Amino acid sequence: MEIMFQNQEKTTLTASKYNLLSGKLRLRVLEMYNKANAGHIGCSLSCLDLMIAALIHHRKENEVFLLSKGHAAAALYACLNEIGEISDEEIETFYKNGTVLPAHPAPNKIKGIPFATGSLGHGLPIGTGICQANKILQNNEFTYVLMSDGETNEGTTWEAAHYAVSKKLDNLIVIIDRNGLQGFGSTNEILGVSADVQKWQSLGFEVVETDGHDIDNLIVTIENFKNQNNGLPKVIIANTVKGKGVSYMENKMEWHYLPMKPEQYQMAVSDVNERYFI
Amino acid sequence: MKNIEDIHIVPVIPSPPSSEFGAEQTKKGFADGLIELGKLLPNVVVIDTDVAKATRSADFQKIYPERHFNTGVAEQNMLSVAAGMSIEGFIPFATSFGMFIATRGGDQLRNSICYPKANVKVAATHCGISTGGDGASHQINEDIAICRSFPNLTVIVPGDYEEAKQATIAAAYFKGPVYLRYGRDTYPIVPEIHGKFEIGKSRTIREGTDCTIFTTGIMVSEGIKASDMLKEKGISARVVHLPTVKPLDNEVVIKAAQETKFLVTVEEHSIIGGLGEAIAGVTAEHHPTRVYRIGINDVFGQSGQSQELLDLYGLRAINIVEKVLEVTKLQGY
Repeated sequence: MEIMFQNQEKTTLTASKYNLLSGKLRLRVLEMYNKANAGHIGCSLSCLDLMIAALIHHRKENEVFLLSKGHAAAALYACLNEIGEISDEEIETFYKNGTVLPAHPAPNKIKGIPFATGSLGHGLPIGTGICQANKILQNNEFTYVLMSDGETNEGTTWEAAHYAVSKKLDNLIVIIDRNGLQGFGSTNEILGVSADVQKWQSLGFEVVETDGHDIDNLIVTIENFKNQNNGLPKVIIANTVKGKGVSYMENKMEWHYLPMKPEQYQMAVSDVNERYFI
Repeated sequence: MKNIEDIHIVPVIPSPPSSEFGAEQTKKGFADGLIELGKLLPNVVVIDTDVAKATRSADFQKIYPERHFNTGVAEQNMLSVAAGMSIEGFIPFATSFGMFIATRGGDQLRNSICYPKANVKVAATHCGISTGGDGASHQINEDIAICRSFPNLTVIVPGDYEEAKQATIAAAYFKGPVYLRYGRDTYPIVPEIHGKFEIGKSRTIREGTDCTIFTTGIMVSEGIKASDMLKEKGISARVVHLPTVKPLDNEVVIKAAQETKFLVTVEEHSIIGGLGEAIAGVTAEHHPTRVYRIGINDVFGQSGQSQELLDLYGLRAINIVEKVLEVTKLQGY
């Protein structure tokens, strides 16, 4: 099924079309990981819908979107491919020697990827710096930072969060992909839930907790954020499902790292087709 | 916003004549350079970690409060914030004690700044043992080693107040990440290293044919003094000051290896990974020559007056002289 999305049509698209796009991008991500025989599938699938809302729908030309959880690079590449910033030929080189699309995003190879991420805890501080610059320039640009819930273990999260609040950076939109699982356990068991509404509210953020797979709602939430010049940085705590769209991967920690066997890939594809296109 | 790419000529700002004499802090050179930059480039900003008085970036803050940002005691965040600001066209000087930048902020310096070639100037003060009484936890004798090894990073270690000022200005006009290393204490003014600062260029201060003394940072005055003392003993010691440790002025280093019998390197830094090993690396490949490293001998520093610590760790002209005499005798030069 071929769906064309043009920038100018963005605002008129219906939720159902975005759901179809969600299915389409899932298939692309699975295909990329299958060809690369690589892992980080579960964490790419958990944040795809967040990226459709923030990167594909909302981000404007001069604005920056940072995938701080760089290990979900395939999801980022699939989205940038969808909006024409990465070519189909480049997608074919994912994970290969000399590629501009490595397992974790490399800086300055692709227009939409100015910084290296994947060493966790870099996206929020960098995004905060971009917001600080845009405040000085008074250009009304927003910066989007997508983090994982496990990533909030990193101390720089809290350094940057305090800075953003103290400098009133209301042009910062953080999205935390709260799938509840990190590398080797549940976030709750490992260090407690730091992607917590009250915690972020107490810091001074404007917080919305929402279903991270309800694209329509995510789009509206971000739109509301952009209309509130209230001096508060914004965060969406997005409840997501690790491995979303592939039943046997969902909420399974091992799909953080595992690559698929050929028969598992076929199962995953049929599952996505069944759930998103019928 | 003035675009940095439109500006090609690095201005040399004259200092008042009084700075030609006596001693002054290299970090004051940083502060005075910043103030000049405040006038020259409206996109120069300072990111501070709540140590503005100590680093003297407060001097800039007084004049340009709206261009000075305090991240609180959060050095890692400071470095990444600076990286973020740089892609919007600003030239951030991210500044703190060297100890808290090069070690604590290592990942941020590497991945947020060096890897994407962010146009950030990292201004590290209180480097070497210059922070004296604060003790080893605040001294840093490893930063040149760490910073030299990061791709895309230029490493500058000015020798006195005036050179620090000109280097600060030159760094802002250079596109790409720069690590600038300043000290806390006052050090002799060395007129021989004044004038136009060119990144990557060394300064040959004394000609000589027997050996070459290479210095970086505040060791330049000790190197000159040592050469003059050696002259009285009939030894002709060349003095080459290398304020840019990376990229190294290879041509001048190789020439010295070819023209003089042995080389002595002097730095207020560990002998591991610093200027000495940089020079040993170049000469080993191009013209193998004996290289004798004078620096901190793989130990932590300690609390003490910074000038006394220079004596204690053997970073004085007399130590250089003794090394040269010892080698001359031992090798039969």
